[in-house]
Amino acid sequence: MKAFAQLFSSLDETNKTNEKVRVLKEYFSSVSDADKIHTLALFTGRKPKRQINSTFVKVWAIEMAKIPQWLFEESYSVVGDLGETIALLLPKNLSSQDKSLTTWIAEINALSKLNEEEKKSWLTNSWAQMDQQERFVFNKILTGSFRVGVSQSLIIKALSEISGLSSQVLTHRIMGNWDPDSFSYTQLMQEEDGSEDTSRPYPFYLAYAIQETSDQSKSAEEMEQILGNPNDWQAEWKWDGIRAQAIIRNGEVYIWTRGEELSTEKFPELHPFLLSLPDGTVLDGEAICFADNCPLPFNVLQTRIGRKNLTKKILADSPMAFIAYDCLEYQGEDIRSFPLKERRAILENMHEKSTHKDIFRLSPVVNFDSWQDLYQLRLRSREENAEGFMLKKLDSAYLVGRKKGDWWKWKVDPLSVDAVMIYAQKGHGRRADLYTDYTFAVWDQGKLVPFAKAYSGLTDKEINQVDYFVKRNTLEKFGPVRTVKPALVFEIGFEGINKSNRHKSGVALRFPRILKWRKDKKIEEADTLEMLQNLII
Amino acid sequence: MAAKPLLEFNDKGIYCTQGQFFIDPWQPVKDAVITHAHADHAKWGHQNYLAHSLSFEILKYRLGADINLQTLDYGNTISKNGVQISFHPAGHIIGSAQVRVEYKGEVWVVSGDYKLEDDGVCTPFEPIKCHSFISECTFGMPVYQWKPQQFVFDEINKWWRQNVEEGKTTVLVGYSLGKAQRILQHLDLPIGNIYTHGVIKNTHEALRRNGVKLNPTIRVTPETNRDEMRKGLVLCPPSSVGTPWMRKFFPYSFGYCSGWMALRGAKRRRAADRGFVLSDHADWDGLIQAIEATNCETVYLTHGYTASFSRYLCDIGYDAHEAHTLYGGDEANEQDEDPVELVDEEGKVIEPEELVTTPQREKTQLTDQEKSIALKKAKKAGGAV
Repeated sequence: MKAFAQLFSSLDETNKTNEKVRVLKEYFSSVSDADKIHTLALFTGRKPKRQINSTFVKVWAIEMAKIPQWLFEESYSVVGDLGETIALLLPKNLSSQDKSLTTWIAEINALSKLNEEEKKSWLTNSWAQMDQQERFVFNKILTGSFRVGVSQSLIIKALSEISGLSSQVLTHRIMGNWDPDSFSYTQLMQEEDGSEDTSRPYPFYLAYAIQETSDQSKSAEEMEQILGNPNDWQAEWKWDGIRAQAIIRNGEVYIWTRGEELSTEKFPELHPFLLSLPDGTVLDGEAICFADNCPLPFNVLQTRIGRKNLTKKILADSPMAFIAYDCLEYQGEDIRSFPLKERRAILENMHEKSTHKDIFRLSPVVNFDSWQDLYQLRLRSREENAEGFMLKKLDSAYLVGRKKGDWWKWKVDPLSVDAVMIYAQKGHGRRADLYTDYTFAVWDQGKLVPFAKAYSGLTDKEINQVDYFVKRNTLEKFGPVRTVKPALVFEIGFEGINKSNRHKSGVALRFPRILKWRKDKKIEEADTLEMLQNLII
Repeated sequence: MAAKPLLEFNDKGIYCTQGQFFIDPWQPVKDAVITHAHADHAKWGHQNYLAHSLSFEILKYRLGADINLQTLDYGNTISKNGVQISFHPAGHIIGSAQVRVEYKGEVWVVSGDYKLEDDGVCTPFEPIKCHSFISECTFGMPVYQWKPQQFVFDEINKWWRQNVEEGKTTVLVGYSLGKAQRILQHLDLPIGNIYTHGVIKNTHEALRRNGVKLNPTIRVTPETNRDEMRKGLVLCPPSSVGTPWMRKFFPYSFGYCSGWMALRGAKRRRAADRGFVLSDHADWDGLIQAIEATNCETVYLTHGYTASFSRYLCDIGYDAHEAHTLYGGDEANEQDEDPVELVDEEGKVIEPEELVTTPQREKTQLTDQEKSIALKKAKKAGGAV
């Protein structure tokens, strides 16, 4: 645990990629194989199950720190992280410990058998033996909130440099359904793939945006310059569902979402078509709600994603389909290195033979002769219920991760309105103790009606300025939320808008964010709710 | 007892009606008593200044040589309209003082900024018994607990040695008045030369004119040998972070010394390679200890987490109050450094001062004077950087 805590703070102490890789290599070369695989599990989001309710963790920490509860809560709002708050507030440790990460995780997992009193004494004893940094990392693991400021690709890079295996191979191997008890470091590193995990997906190939923001809009000429001959490219609509990999192997069906979550049971409608495909098939596509031959807006899908039980009503209200756009494995063979046009031919052939064409859909190829054609078509994206286009080079292989060059997304420009900030709340992590989360309102019959929350889009400098304003212009405090004097106007961008019964304003926005701080505008110049309603298609 | 309290907070600062003087006023007044030379406590434009003798040169350097400045040593007393005024060590920076005010047996103490740990550079804090204590509480939250400074300096020196080995320039950021001297006096000089930014160099010269002994430093100029610098350490103020001036030292590792570095979020916001938790303010335990040692009945709290700290003090039996001042603290959060420009209903720019809860500033008569001082200062800064 000492080594792991030290690794965490060393990673915190540098912004430089090379330095981080060096630190990781040093760590991986010095700890046991068991600790290595546990570290890898933690760094790839495979956290141990939370065994103690965080309310108990909090209550016991308050007792040990000997401070009133309100002061603990205030401290938490300043620090912005529960594990760190506790680590800072507990009295200095008088003894120390030398258990490995693996031992600590085993102890955490064994907590399920203990009663509340036993858990409490285990936890307070554990804290009493740790220094501040150890406590912090330990609390993060214990409360299931362990995250690390290192991208997966850096960890892969370090492991690849240690082992000599390529990073593509390692990226693939650490995907899927494994935990440190079922998968060893030796298995990960051996020459031949040692995994027997039939559910294992391939790393998704992700596209970069060809225009980062709406004010960097690309003309047809610029597209020609960047991408060259339109005949080398395939265009498809960019669908607004959930990116997913659908797998059939050994007669079993698996569906993975882009966040590497195994979500097979969330999409029962997709199982029959998958079962009818040849064994050893992996498709990449979009899980999306579909009715009357028409994709439905994302908010329909949203209503069912979080549900544990898919009732008859939910299944009827949000029928699923799968829009396939790529085939990664065919007859048990990894065909990612085939050019796109060959993979597409295999996919089309499979689709042709399917008897489930209402559910198993092909992402249609959009015909265009010039970038100008496509530019015009793109303006119709919203009517097609699409977010713009995906552009893929016809001879492209299916690569690993986000890569520039062969695949691009060309999104439609966001919709936007000018709105007034009316509430603010402090952020977390890097933004702790700063007001960074805002609620925005538009005018409706002389009143400001809240309609969206947004967290992103301002520069650090602007955030500091807004924070300064919020701290000096608070009208009321409700728990962590402050009502502020309506004075600041922002341009809010969003991908789509729909009616909603759950929101006071009657509208729900898709991916709202701040496009620009309109310092030039007075609050009277902000837009109206009516204007928002008119944007609903 | 007088009908009015001996000290009160008004729109210009902390005011003594009986003695007709202000302590650390933020608006121009006739008589100003200054706890220490940091910009939020020592403002321009007062007619008469009273400060500790070790603040003499630095105040002249910062506010202009023509200010009317009288000085006083720790423990000495002067009288103004029957009110006894004396200075006592605050341990914050060189020349920082707590101001003790006594009238007809009633004693108030204004802490200014303070810390309890003896930093080996300025005179250590001395608790003063009083009836009412006006205390800062910049770090008045229990999450702020400092380690002994030797621990931090060992870390800094170790990091410096490592940078020398790796051929990187060591750049250490800290406030030019206070932090810079404290760091300078604890660096392991055999490792290499200490270089300074012009602003710190000027601050040091002012202190040396005042008789303060400081370790030798070399000012960074365009001619300074970059290869030599990679063995040394550059001290610079927070304003130089991310500037082309700092980028010239590449390859470098840059560390930030501040109490705010205690929190991971703040550390990550600064994007420093290393954050060293080193503050010239009292931590949570230090604040409580200092307040206890005054034996006071009433506490007024200025800058920092005043709301929660006063609530806590009330919980443990003090008569504690939040006071509204304009002090930001020398380590004030970065958001206080860059106030927003806002427009009002007519589209006119609202001055930041008006946004603050205290009444509007009367600035009509002094604008010209302020302007001329600002100009002088700008010239000075231009010459220094």
